[in-house]
Amino acid sequence: MLIRIQQDPFALADLLDGFGDGAGAVVTFSGLVRDDTGEMTALELEHYPGMTEKAVSRIAMQAQARWNLVDLAIVHRFGRLNVGEQIMAVATAARHRAEAFEAAEYLMDYLKSRAPFWKREIGADGPGAWVEAKTSDEDALSRWD
Amino acid sequence: MKIDVLYFAWIRERIGEPRESIDTGATTIRGLVEQLINSDERYAAALSDLNSYRVAADQELVNFDHKLENVRELAFFPPMTGG
Repeated sequence: MLIRIQQDPFALADLLDGFGDGAGAVVTFSGLVRDDTGEMTALELEHYPGMTEKAVSRIAMQAQARWNLVDLAIVHRFGRLNVGEQIMAVATAARHRAEAFEAAEYLMDYLKSRAPFWKREIGADGPGAWVEAKTSDEDALSRWD
Repeated sequence: MKIDVLYFAWIRERIGEPRESIDTGATTIRGLVEQLINSDERYAAALSDLNSYRVAADQELVNFDHKLENVRELAFFPPMTGG
């Protein structure tokens, strides 16, 4: 299991080197900085050092136990990230593809609503609005009850 | 009892500090929030609507009725937007 909370960019390929030995399926997901308004140049990601690592580790261990994963990786960045940059990635390895897909979706649902990160849009004029959590993100967790 | 209190995102901006040490006789988080709101309008602006933010006690998400006994670090923050 690999969990990293970092400011620096990373390459998905580096996470996958030797990943999931013995698995039948590997699923990867990358989250990129997207400009919805046409006025955004970057996102500023704030987090809660200490709690972030604990929360992400717990989410990872829950997924690992639930799907008996062969391997799992989560990298999540913080700080200032330009449009188009990779914010985060998850990778799951399992015996079968359904487990790998489901575990990746579970990780994403929980990272969205239970990992202590907050995003703010940065435009040409400087910091703008904080990105609001969507109720649909919170609702998404109920499907795993 | 003194508790380290941390603020994040727009809560931090409204209060104007990332963290502070608060002396309180409150027994629950709800009681501490009431104390803060009554002490200064900055806290009222940040913390009045309990539905708009979350709280963690010693880095675990808890509800507002959580007891403050043995809590060293509290954090107030908006709903998370990771991923």
